[in-house]
Amino acid sequence: MATLTPNRTGQQVEPESRPLKSVVNDAIKSALLSVQDNSVLAWKSIVDVFSPPFYFRDLLDQMDVIGVGSLPIIVLTGFFIGAILVLQTAAQFARFGTTALTGDAVSLALIKELGPTITALLVAGRSASGIASELGSMVVTEQVDAMRAMGTDPGRKLVTPRMVATVLVLPLLVGVADFVGLIGAYFVAHMTLGLSGPEFWNHAINAPGTNDLIQGLSKPLVFGFIIATVGCFKGLKVRGGTQGVGRATTSAVVIASVSILVTGFFLDKLLLWFVP
Amino acid sequence: MTIAADTARPAIIFDNVRLGFEEGDVLRGISFSVAPRETAVLLGETGTGKTLVLKLAAGLIRPDSGRIEVLGRDLGAMTERDLLDFRREIGFVFQEGALFDSLTVEENVAFRLREEHVDEDEIAARVHESLEFVEMAEAIAKLPGELSGGMRRRVSIARALVSRPSIVLYDSPTAGLDPVTSQKIITLILRLRDLQGVTALMATHRLQDAFALANFRFDPKLCRVVRAAENGARGGPKTGFFVLREGRIYFEGDQHQIRDTQDAYLARFLE
Ligand SMILES: Nc1ncnc2c1ncn2[C@@H]1O[C@H](COP(=O)(O)OP(=O)(O)OP(=O)(O)O)[C@@H](O)[C@H]1O
Ligand SMILES: [Mg+2]
Repeated sequence: MATLTPNRTGQQVEPESRPLKSVVNDAIKSALLSVQDNSVLAWKSIVDVFSPPFYFRDLLDQMDVIGVGSLPIIVLTGFFIGAILVLQTAAQFARFGTTALTGDAVSLALIKELGPTITALLVAGRSASGIASELGSMVVTEQVDAMRAMGTDPGRKLVTPRMVATVLVLPLLVGVADFVGLIGAYFVAHMTLGLSGPEFWNHAINAPGTNDLIQGLSKPLVFGFIIATVGCFKGLKVRGGTQGVGRATTSAVVIASVSILVTGFFLDKLLLWFVP
Repeated sequence: MTIAADTARPAIIFDNVRLGFEEGDVLRGISFSVAPRETAVLLGETGTGKTLVLKLAAGLIRPDSGRIEVLGRDLGAMTERDLLDFRREIGFVFQEGALFDSLTVEENVAFRLREEHVDEDEIAARVHESLEFVEMAEAIAKLPGELSGGMRRRVSIARALVSRPSIVLYDSPTAGLDPVTSQKIITLILRLRDLQGVTALMATHRLQDAFALANFRFDPKLCRVVRAAENGARGGPKTGFFVLREGRIYFEGDQHQIRDTQDAYLARFLE
């Protein structure tokens, strides 16, 4: 707000100096307004699921782009997260002579926290940015207006399929990340601690209870929703040409990532309350 | 389309429409109307708000105040959902084409028909007919990125008319094109007007395009463009001229009035 704003002819104009209080006020107001707009868009994307027209083709396309497209990076990252976890903790376990608990510790950490959070952060980096830049470019080149001009609701055609696709696909990706993470963990546990297959896997599989699984697989539903709606919101709100698209892309990733970490924290609290 | 048959009532009415942005008012009370089957030419220098007027007429943006009525319906009273249905009766040719750049020419033109679940055989036939009309049938499998500016403009006209709208809004359809291609596009607009009787609102900053629309017509028997007898004579299509300046309608009339004007501002357009 306190920066130079280009006027209609594109020249820089000196902003009239304003008291700090009004600048802060405006900043808070615009932040709240965009939270409100984002909520409206998010809410509409849910409501639209329940009435026609549906866009199954777009849904499948998006599941392919977001789900299948993210698999390689999820598999790679998941493996190394599991491996690093054991690498870091192996020394402690060995010191206390409790190497048998490696499976339990790693599996709980992966399934409850690291799997959902890291997968969501990776997908945010890949898809929130992808969605924001794709929709942003469509706005800038008037393709979204063209769509509206032809009687198609961009909310239904663009936002809802992306939202549903991400929500459906993220828990699956988390499942993959958890599983591959355990393989990575076993690999290192076997090499450094000399754990046998049964020693590791019996613990790893039995450690997490139903509650832990619920916690681990319900968070991605919320994270997926955040990723898609933030991406769509930032994309559809783009102003100011290609530069605007760049800014929207960056801020979509930042906002989605921060929101994932913050909601993750509160969801843990909330879920502990429901399923102690 | 039944509403358009009511010939007494103008197809498009703007009544004291105002619209502004943070930088100030752009439209400061615009009033005009376009009769059914009439072609209205909206002239104005760059930045006078021609695109905004067209978008207002399609309900893509809403005015700050004033009334807009299209095909007998008050756009201000309609929800976005009503507007989506309503817009299916309107064709909009965007200034930059606004083609979906990840879809082929065929998918672009067929977009609206697929949305309406028309069956594929008919879609194929109508897409072909539309592309044939704009002489772009050979580009059917191409992506918009592989076309030239003039070709994109023509595909975008094909896309706008594939659903046989009763009103077509053309946003600067000849801007930035060479005279030959511009001529082709004007011929298309003439053909559409004289063969299908669409109502048109065309934004442009080229007066010669407006004169071409007023002075020529497409003869279906000869299958070519011929000189029109007289603007609007013998029930022929009429062409109205509106000049936008500083947010108001500065001039309203026909081609003779604008040609014989003594007004210094309008004279600049005539050069
Ligand atoms: N979304 C917007 N936000 C702020 N100002 C806008 C917006 N859209 C248009 N304007 C302003 O409204 C004015 C009219 O714009 P418009 O696009 O209608 O011009 P135009 O007559 O179509 O010009 P051209 O012949 O160059 O296409 C311009 O001064 C422009 O800066
Ligand atoms: Mg324009």
